[in-house]
Amino acid sequence: MYPNEVGLQWSVLIVLYPYITGLVAGAFILASLVRIFRVEAIEPTYRLALLTALSFLLVAPLPLQLHLGHPERSPEMYFTPHSTSAMAMFGYIYLWYLMAVLVFEIWLDYRREIVLLSQSSKGLLRLAYKVMTLGSSNISPRSLAIDSRVSWIVTLIGIPSAFLLHGYVGFIFGSIKANPWWSSPLMPVVFIFSAMVSGIAGVMLLYMATTKLRGLKIDIRCVDAIAMYLFYIFIIDFSLEMLDLVHRIYEADESFRSLNFLVHTQLYIPHIVIQICLGTLTPLVLLFITQVVKLPEIVRKRMYAVSGALALIGIFAMRWNVVIGGQLFSKSFLGYTTYKMALVTKEGLLVAVFLTLLPLLFLWVLVKLLPPWPENSAHAPAPGD
Amino acid sequence: MNLNRRQMLILLPAAAIAWKAVLAGTPEEAPNYTMSDHWWGMLIDIPKCIGCGNCVRACQTENNVPDGYFRTWVERYHVSDWEMKNPQDIMTNPLTDPQVISPDGGKEGFPVDTDASGKYFFVPKMCNHCADSPCTQVCPVGATFVAPDGVVLVDQKYCLGCAYCVQACPYGCRYIHPEKRVADKCTLCYHRITKGLTTACCEACPTGARQLVDLKNPKDPIHEFLKTHSVQVLKPQMATGAKVLYNGLDGSVR
Amino acid sequence: MSVFKDAGHLFRFAGLFVLAFLIFLVVRHYVVPKSFGQYGHYRAAALGEIAAHPAKFAGHETCEGCHSDVADKKSKGKHAHVNCEACHGALFQPLPVTGQPKPNLYERFVALIVPPAPPDPLLLRHAEDPTSVKPVLPDTTVLCARCHTASTAKPKGFPQVVPADHSNGMPCDTCHQPHSPGMDAAAAPDATAKAAGGVK
Repeated sequence: MYPNEVGLQWSVLIVLYPYITGLVAGAFILASLVRIFRVEAIEPTYRLALLTALSFLLVAPLPLQLHLGHPERSPEMYFTPHSTSAMAMFGYIYLWYLMAVLVFEIWLDYRREIVLLSQSSKGLLRLAYKVMTLGSSNISPRSLAIDSRVSWIVTLIGIPSAFLLHGYVGFIFGSIKANPWWSSPLMPVVFIFSAMVSGIAGVMLLYMATTKLRGLKIDIRCVDAIAMYLFYIFIIDFSLEMLDLVHRIYEADESFRSLNFLVHTQLYIPHIVIQICLGTLTPLVLLFITQVVKLPEIVRKRMYAVSGALALIGIFAMRWNVVIGGQLFSKSFLGYTTYKMALVTKEGLLVAVFLTLLPLLFLWVLVKLLPPWPENSAHAPAPGD
Repeated sequence: MNLNRRQMLILLPAAAIAWKAVLAGTPEEAPNYTMSDHWWGMLIDIPKCIGCGNCVRACQTENNVPDGYFRTWVERYHVSDWEMKNPQDIMTNPLTDPQVISPDGGKEGFPVDTDASGKYFFVPKMCNHCADSPCTQVCPVGATFVAPDGVVLVDQKYCLGCAYCVQACPYGCRYIHPEKRVADKCTLCYHRITKGLTTACCEACPTGARQLVDLKNPKDPIHEFLKTHSVQVLKPQMATGAKVLYNGLDGSVR
Repeated sequence: MSVFKDAGHLFRFAGLFVLAFLIFLVVRHYVVPKSFGQYGHYRAAALGEIAAHPAKFAGHETCEGCHSDVADKKSKGKHAHVNCEACHGALFQPLPVTGQPKPNLYERFVALIVPPAPPDPLLLRHAEDPTSVKPVLPDTTVLCARCHTASTAKPKGFPQVVPADHSNGMPCDTCHQPHSPGMDAAAAPDATAKAAGGVK
């Protein structure tokens, strides 16, 4: 162990960061399935997926800010971004994705409702909607048709942007040649596919939960379709992760002995047990059963819920194992350190829990402001006027 | 001892210039320094190192290095007889081999070795001032950089404290300063070498195991040394262009 | 024409982008340090700031300017290549922080307009005032042991002893003169009167 390596540099907050951006990218990909690939079965989740992506994206920079030694200097990332640094691209990719993709697409999609609501609501809310219309109340069929076309193009641009947003997060780790646990060209790809798994599972669970809360019946055709996509993407994700693992074992380079020891000791529970067995293999088997065996609706729904939750846990464990696991061994391959999560410090457990729940709060506000439920949007003009 | 004579001597030109240079607050006051004329590095002669920890203490004094963090440190390697009979046998090698210790960075020396078998030696470590440094490559804002004279520096008024550079350094030479909350590392005593002095660690090394070298200076004895010795850098496979050159480096050192 | 009319809201959205970008450019112009990019993607002024750090080790040339007698003696002995501050410590030793007078209201007001010069690094300046500021003489029992305690890790040719066996706890300078440590025939262990000779 080099003496400066004893304390970990990146804490649980940096675990949260790729987890949250992953949910964003995954949720957006699910929404784009509706838009670009015209998967009509999952239409009910389209708007929910977009709002989920937005609320998580709003929280994404917070763990980074809290982790910085000098958060007040973070605008330097915009003013003097270093062209050779993967991290410097964060600011621009983030802003691009937030403003040009998500906010723009949501705005286009909701514009008719925003205009109608700005006329029907009162008080502060009315003002908020007025601001959101940007002073244009043009909702002629022709302008809405234009919106629809533009929105399609935005989604088309949005897919590579979502890949970029999360692929770059993978690149931050994958490009560090000093760290053999991270350094891998597969890292960005694994991050993208695991992001899609977590995002799709997250939106599926949110859809099921919100529908239940509103006392409505879950559209089984919709969750069936989501689960099918989840299953296939999960297979790709798992194959990539296993490819990475097998490659490491087979090549057995100078770092292998050290990493092998780590995976069999400190990382055994989070990596082998939680990430691979509980968080990947179990949901894969469950989803596989739902795909090949004809099961009653209620059983399917429960299996989807369980595999979705397990997938979320598994992907979180994967982020943990990458970020924390990559700092537990010495770069001399001689020695190990441990990570003790604090409870109430700036980078402690409480902050992490708060940051995980914060997007849900944002989502709640967004849902109140811009109801994503299809029955509202489909019939809004009729009862409204 | 004639103190008056000493007081007079201090006004003699040589001493006076040395003083002015030491006390100079700004580089303009050291006008003879041209960055493009230098390409700094360090030679570490392992067979000469006695593990006294003078360099570690000198560095801490000179640069106000916080306790528990190190701009330079000394490791003691113990390569067992088994390891020497089975070199590089990574699959069956016991995890404890070679055994490396660096108690408090070697600041107060090393405990007396109990196991006389195998071989022991000291390895001083520090920032390698890489020409293709992975740490400056990843800095998102340009707060760390390779200066025109080859020294890797941190602009502590500009650093965000994201610690990405700490992750990127293959040698573990960087840390986040606990009070300043910015990246900190060896500056190769930039405030000294720009004024014609050597680094604090070299000044304090009693055996000459460390030598500041200027690879651009044709008169520097390093050129002759390199012609006559087998010199290696740490982790050459990382291709970092490391400029801390080790003489007599054992293959087990990482 | 009506296409533009029906897409008017899109231009408003785009206008926001353009506006934000212009504001960004203006702010950037004022915020980025002037010397940024002079030599590369960094603040060139940082080089001067780092170079301005006060040195504490003065270098043996500085000591030898006055202590030429010691330098002569040392150059003939085994410790010829051991620099003064390797044993005596840095010439500038930090002083214990004493109670500084608090700035009065006026001084604080002035400091707001004209930033005060960086505070003098509170250092012992033996070289500037040799009579009143004297570095502490090192204790040879500790000092010599640091280098000369026997260890298998040390180079074979390097003189090393087990201090307890070698001197029975006596200070090293009983027999050896640190500036030229070879055994002096006159300095036998019983000649304790000579002890001070090493530091004279």
